[in-house]
Amino acid sequence: MAEQRRSPQAPPEDPTRRRFLGYLLAAPTLAVGVTWADAVFGADEAEAAIPSPPQPENLFDLGDLQNLAALPTSGLIGVQVNEDGTASFALHRTEVGQGITTAVAMMIAEELDLPIDKVHITLADARPELLMNQLTGGSNSVRSIFTPVRTASALARQQLRRTAAAQWGVPEGEVTTNDGVLAHRSGRTATYGSLAKAAASDRTVQVSVTLKAVTDFKVLGKPQNRIDAHDIVTGRKRFGLDLQVPDAKPCMVRRPPTINGTVRTVRNAAAVKAMPGITDVAVVKYGVAVRGETFGQCIDGLRALDVDWNPGTVAGESDATVLAKLKQAQLPLVAPALGALSVDAEFTFAFASNAPLEPDNAIADVRSDRAEIWSTLKVPIDAKQDIAVQLGLPADKVVVHVVPGGGSFGRHLFHDVAAEAAEISQKMGKPVKLSWTRTDDFRQGRTHPMCVSRVRATHLLGNVLTYEQRHVSSETSFSHGLGEMITSTAASLPIAGNYSFAQTIFLLTQSVPYDFGVTTQLLNEVPLRFNTGSMRNIYSPNVVCARELVVDRLAAKLGKDPIAFRREFLKDDRLRAVLDEAVAVGQWGRALPKGVAQGIGLHTEYRGAVAVLVEVDCRPETVNRPIRDGVTGPRVTRATVVVDAGLPLNPRGLDAQMIGGLNDGIALALTSSLHIKDGIPLEGSWDNYFYTRQWNTPPDVRVVVMPPTTGNPSGAGEIAVAAAFAAVATAYGRATGTMPTSFPINHSTLSFEPFPLQPSTPASPTDGLDTAF
Amino acid sequence: MAQHTFVLNGARVTVEVADDVRLLWVLRDILGVTGPKYGCGLNVCKSCTSHINGKAFNPCSVPVSKIKETDEITTIEGLPATVGRDLHPMQEAWLEEDVSQCGYCQPGQIMAAVALVRKAKAEGRQITDADLDGLRNICRCGTYSRIRTAIKKGAARM
Ligand code: FES
Ligand code: FES
Repeated sequence: MAEQRRSPQAPPEDPTRRRFLGYLLAAPTLAVGVTWADAVFGADEAEAAIPSPPQPENLFDLGDLQNLAALPTSGLIGVQVNEDGTASFALHRTEVGQGITTAVAMMIAEELDLPIDKVHITLADARPELLMNQLTGGSNSVRSIFTPVRTASALARQQLRRTAAAQWGVPEGEVTTNDGVLAHRSGRTATYGSLAKAAASDRTVQVSVTLKAVTDFKVLGKPQNRIDAHDIVTGRKRFGLDLQVPDAKPCMVRRPPTINGTVRTVRNAAAVKAMPGITDVAVVKYGVAVRGETFGQCIDGLRALDVDWNPGTVAGESDATVLAKLKQAQLPLVAPALGALSVDAEFTFAFASNAPLEPDNAIADVRSDRAEIWSTLKVPIDAKQDIAVQLGLPADKVVVHVVPGGGSFGRHLFHDVAAEAAEISQKMGKPVKLSWTRTDDFRQGRTHPMCVSRVRATHLLGNVLTYEQRHVSSETSFSHGLGEMITSTAASLPIAGNYSFAQTIFLLTQSVPYDFGVTTQLLNEVPLRFNTGSMRNIYSPNVVCARELVVDRLAAKLGKDPIAFRREFLKDDRLRAVLDEAVAVGQWGRALPKGVAQGIGLHTEYRGAVAVLVEVDCRPETVNRPIRDGVTGPRVTRATVVVDAGLPLNPRGLDAQMIGGLNDGIALALTSSLHIKDGIPLEGSWDNYFYTRQWNTPPDVRVVVMPPTTGNPSGAGEIAVAAAFAAVATAYGRATGTMPTSFPINHSTLSFEPFPLQPSTPASPTDGLDTAF
Repeated sequence: MAQHTFVLNGARVTVEVADDVRLLWVLRDILGVTGPKYGCGLNVCKSCTSHINGKAFNPCSVPVSKIKETDEITTIEGLPATVGRDLHPMQEAWLEEDVSQCGYCQPGQIMAAVALVRKAKAEGRQITDADLDGLRNICRCGTYSRIRTAIKKGAARM
């Protein structure tokens, strides 16, 4: 029986509790769907106007904007109950290590009352009808999925209870559920699986349901290990390069000596094609593709190619030229008021790579009338549409499968590698399994661009009067569709207007959590054609690091302890609470030897709050500890991360994200950067790009997940990076007595011998047995 | 093309492939054993770490011709069988500590950890923080502290 919106017919258990709408779908076994819009805002709020007036981040942040973007869509997301008693759900988000599949399985287990190991999550193919709902970024996944997935699961459980009640001739209210079994006090029981068919609907009807109160949660809020952990530790988890698609043979590309360079001539394509194991050679947009029996033979083949190149899009640029352009483009600061004192500082942040450990890869099978793609894609719809245009095929003839990724950190917002695989497959007329080489990933892959942040704060009589921050960055590309989402959604928002997408994103993600009087933060961009993109936490790591260093300076100028100063000026009680907890757990102020110091960083974003307190050892015996081909330098010896995630759904997963964010922050502060020289990064491997290693990571890490503070989960995948970066920077400043102004600290030293630029991929070593242990 | 024979996860295998193809590609592309991951091909990231006669090594940097007929290669897939169980104690520790994030580095991390603990035990000593600092395996998701905890736990049961 169909139910009408706003007139629920099921017995109202609690008339004050909001009901959520969904559909029983016509299907062989019980299947439930919810529309995104109804579920995100609830039945009563679905038609509510876009909140206004939009304000900077603390009122309305990036994740909210993404939720709004979801409103107009009509695609259903659904939970299915199978005859074997399991439930399945095709997730329209991408798992790249952040634990989204585990969090969603918990939501389903909770509302469906089913053991979590009976919940199967797969990743949905590109579904154009979902529009921008199918974007994994901005730490928005858990926030926007929380209500729809629970609604679908609750509807499924309700339908199972109704079915059992009808079969047993008892009131629905007397049917209970526990771990996938329905029961009545008369002793009757039935498994979900046994009723999966009977509970199915033969037509699609609208129904409504109330959700469990947070206080009744049995699964959500409790620590849960990852659902894919067993597959991972046994080597069974399949990443893109592990998939076996018939005849999709290995393929790699010889690349130019400058970013986005192009091929002028290839002198020996036929000779390379005749090399052992090589099947095809083809010139493509940014290089020469080689397909063969093994990736090893592809490397040999691409190295043997004799190619002349046209210069790339930034051929003349190096670190110094980019920096000079950034400084020229800085927006002016307002002069200090008469009589006020000021703190002025300028910080430079080098290019950084978001390179995941799994090199970019994609499988493409392009035929004359259709194409099939497999890749890790966070915006699969965008990929599908672009690749269809590129291949000259209708979009519905391009099937795009989303594969779990070995990390992302923003890289998979773009589909460069999938588009390239499609191009190669079309040109060769054969399926290919394309992998970028490690060196390609660093030298030609997306980067977080160099930026400069200038800050001026003025103070008078113990008060801060103004805080101005002028951030100027080499352009960050948002061409992956986030921009499209914002045009479509935010066109009616006053903040859109004259601002570019980047400025909109900047304003939506940045806010100063202190009462510093007149506060302005502005972004300017220099349009250089590097391959850029959002890296974990986008602008925040740089902006927040600069801010927290200036906060320390202000505290010193006003003669206050940095913690006491922050407590006094903080606007946000949740931040004050995480600060207090970090101070207690991290033992702020404990006695440390000379050359070792503590530092603090605070950040609020994605409706969450985090404080990081670290200790950095800058004594010469530590800085100069020997590690072969590694960068040692100052060491973070102890770290405390305290997070208020609003409503923590999986404290164990949150803890993992905090540890990951901490290690990213340490890398950005101390060791990891790209050196641009003559149009290309010099870095070519992990012994050049110094992401945190075991010898850099703190041996003592403490993470505290605060009890729930709001009714809603906040974003968690990125938030710790900015606070950790700031904490390490402030600790370093205190340990050395000098405020650092250029990051990472190690950037001014080139700590490695760069690989030659050509051939673009180095040969694999042959002496691997010598390092066996 | 040359034939190459060796013992892989307890079974004798023979492949036909050119001498200089690195073992990683023989395992992954020819034999379909995908537990060892490609992260660099340069003996740097260590995500391909496997065992040769019980010692950790990186097959991305060893030509197949250097593998002898009697050499026993163990990948993550064959690790549990070396102790005659469904899971090696190190894998169990990894599950208990919920070490993994994306998981890409983890087969290599576990294989390196097992070798490190065996080496320390052979030297008659416990794993130290200095030993852990010396592990070169990259984890780009930054799971390092859980790896350290898991190794100590796994070591106690090996
Ligand atoms: S792939 Fe073998 S060490 Fe990186
Ligand atoms: S778990 Fe992702 S690289 Fe280690």
